Amino acid sequence: MYVAVKGGERAIDNAHAWLAEERRGDLAVPELTTAQIREQMTLAVNRVMAEGSLYDPDLAALAIKQARGDLIEAIFLIRAYRTTLPRFGSSLPVDTGAMACDRRISATFKDLPGGQVLGPTFDYTHRLLDFMLAADGDVPAAPEMPVDPAPVPHVMSFLNSEGLIAQETCDGTPAPDLTRAPLELPAARALRLQALTRGDEGFVLGMAYSTQRGYARNHAFVGELRIGTVPVEMEIPELGISIEIGEITLTECETVNQFTGSKTEPAQFTRGYGLVFGQTERKAISMALVDRALRWEELGEDDQGAPAQDAEFVLYHCDNIQATGFLEHIKLPHYVDFQSELELVRKLRRDATGQGAE
Amino acid sequence: MSDYNFAYLDEQTKRMIRRAILKGLAIPGYQVPFASREMPMPYGWGTGGVQVSAAVLCPEDTLKVIDQGADDTTNAVSIRRFFERTAQIAVTTATADATVIQTRHRIPEEPLRDGQILVYQVPIPEPLRFLEPRESETRKMHALEEYGLMHVKLYEDISRHGHIATAYAYPVKVADRYVMDPSPIPKFDNPKMEMAAIQLFGAGREQRIYALPPFTRVVSLDFEDHPFVASKADHPCGLCGAQDSYLDEVIVDDAGGRMFVCSDTDYCAGRQVDGHRGSDNKEYAA
Amino acid sequence: MDNAALQGGFIDPARDAARAFRAGMEAMARPGTIQTLNGCTAPAPMSVAAATLLSTLCDAETPLHLAGTCDTDGVRKWVRFHLGAPLVGRADAMFAVGDWDALAPLDAYAVGTPDYPDRSATLIVEVAALTNTGATLTGPGIAQTATLSLPDGLLAARVARYPLGIDFYFTCGDRIAALPRTTKGAR
Repeated sequence: MYVAVKGGERAIDNAHAWLAEERRGDLAVPELTTAQIREQMTLAVNRVMAEGSLYDPDLAALAIKQARGDLIEAIFLIRAYRTTLPRFGSSLPVDTGAMACDRRISATFKDLPGGQVLGPTFDYTHRLLDFMLAADGDVPAAPEMPVDPAPVPHVMSFLNSEGLIAQETCDGTPAPDLTRAPLELPAARALRLQALTRGDEGFVLGMAYSTQRGYARNHAFVGELRIGTVPVEMEIPELGISIEIGEITLTECETVNQFTGSKTEPAQFTRGYGLVFGQTERKAISMALVDRALRWEELGEDDQGAPAQDAEFVLYHCDNIQATGFLEHIKLPHYVDFQSELELVRKLRRDATGQGAE
Repeated sequence: MSDYNFAYLDEQTKRMIRRAILKGLAIPGYQVPFASREMPMPYGWGTGGVQVSAAVLCPEDTLKVIDQGADDTTNAVSIRRFFERTAQIAVTTATADATVIQTRHRIPEEPLRDGQILVYQVPIPEPLRFLEPRESETRKMHALEEYGLMHVKLYEDISRHGHIATAYAYPVKVADRYVMDPSPIPKFDNPKMEMAAIQLFGAGREQRIYALPPFTRVVSLDFEDHPFVASKADHPCGLCGAQDSYLDEVIVDDAGGRMFVCSDTDYCAGRQVDGHRGSDNKEYAA
Repeated sequence: MDNAALQGGFIDPARDAARAFRAGMEAMARPGTIQTLNGCTAPAPMSVAAATLLSTLCDAETPLHLAGTCDTDGVRKWVRFHLGAPLVGRADAMFAVGDWDALAPLDAYAVGTPDYPDRSATLIVEVAALTNTGATLTGPGIAQTATLSLPDGLLAARVARYPLGIDFYFTCGDRIAALPRTTKGAR
């Protein structure tokens, strides 16, 4: 005989215990430490910090360990933790012009003041599996040279001096905070950039790629890509000074986009902008392309009906924590609604076959 | 969990949600935007309902959580536990004993009363969303009270099928002004929404809160020649014999045998305690 | 800062505010019912109910207008210390508190926009008496009718067209009632 299902509580406890066991894996294999993840899985850590909107490599490493390497799950852990933190204030805007660069390249100039610095990049590696790593080979030390402490100028400043690139001015409006106020449309550029920088890397990449393939193509060159550390400062009103509270690694990408002019703007180059926590250059370049595509209205360009031009579409769907939650929730019980559909379909079929009421 | 504030959320967040709830009550059926927080359960698992419950729960409350009408479904268990841990409140499965009831997809069969609050988990708060995907457009439609699109959709159903082909999340008009999504409850539950309890709706991912004060006029959209019918499976409950409750269809054997049982497990159990028996109940003879 | 400004907050903020909100929510959901609301005290002349409601709902994100006799140096200091709410004029206020004569006229307060009718002011009207006599009320939250003492001229002053409008609380000692924009009143 049927009895109503009971035991949800025990089922949950058992599932959690099994999950913990699976996370640990074979006990004969040493357990990963969060320090190992932080130091050796740094690009995963960076993605979790960027999309989790919390700059803390140790917590990101812990989240990756807890999430069994599922980065979206790790981002979710970080986001949920982040919302519980008190807000003490806002930092001053960071000055990426003062960045201590580990990597700085420009695709638009062969050489330029500050130089082309490749830095630790996969770009010219041959993608051959390195079986030495499987054997835990020692890494030979990389060659070093003394650091030039002079700030590296932004490539854009060279175009600026010629008036060839559109000036971006600060109108003094405080940047909105997507995590403290509901998304409202139309969204200003500051809000769009905020959504993109914490948006899903895969989604933003796909959107950017679509612009390259002709869905609102915007002819982007990487004017500059730089990765390095910047100090974060906070103003202390009681003291009347700003103090440095720490240092973060950022990836910044500025694209130079061809622009033949429109009804409202003269022919000149325009910019797309990407700024992301950590070494995350695929994301930063993608962000810059999508940012540029979303600027069609303010630059007087045509709406081509491309997905990447549609701010509402991009902003409402770029967040992977929202997306994954809603997507996966369809596995929760829906039998009440299904039952009502079942009754409806039966009724419609009865009517269609002319059988009338039961 | 003792490191967290009472009912998990920080006080500033609660104040923001509480202000949204009050405006929701002042403008019944209007979706108030609120800065939904990331909760420790995924979007789609009831984060809107959980945030609303967290903002209204008092230490003296007794909480009931149901999913599909049942107290023992896994997500209901999980949310109930969350509040037991973070708010140290009493919990119950008895509808009559609860002061706050968080629900997904059902309204309890037992009429709710003054002093009770029903909190709904809402996936898509916008009733016009599946007709017009753009928020910027649907917001205008609500502002202009332009609901023609919805009537056209319902009428197309009738011309194609002879019936309105919406069985759950059936749209309602609230206090003669806003068209509102009642959350994915079966349309059987729609008439219960004119009730003595306060009803609050939370959509976490979509960042909206809306509300129905007690005794607010809630009318399911229909046409004179095709009046709204609150339908359910045309059977009595196999366990308690109830004729008036919403039923789940349960497949009981490989041969496709099935029985119908109350989706509201507390209602069904209460009736059985009172001696009611359905035809599939082995104590039928008793 | 003097002592009066530092005192008068919730003793157990999370739990006390939860109870206070429930009273305020019941009042708003059931127009005309009178609820008890206490837990906070502000400097005179602000009532316990008004001080508690402000402590429950206001913070640095909610511009507040102090009207008439409520706009004293003591109250300002109390607001600064306990709520941190920016003090503003009528037009920018999300909340306003004071007696009816000082709060009026209503046309300066935000009534919301057709797109966002929730972006409207909530007025907390300090009244000398709060009883279930006077105007007959109908609307959402009221089964048949309710009766509530209202300040003279308030019903006629509500000119915004629904769904735009202002929502009112009435406070007297440790008692509170509400009149949302949906409530219709007749003398």
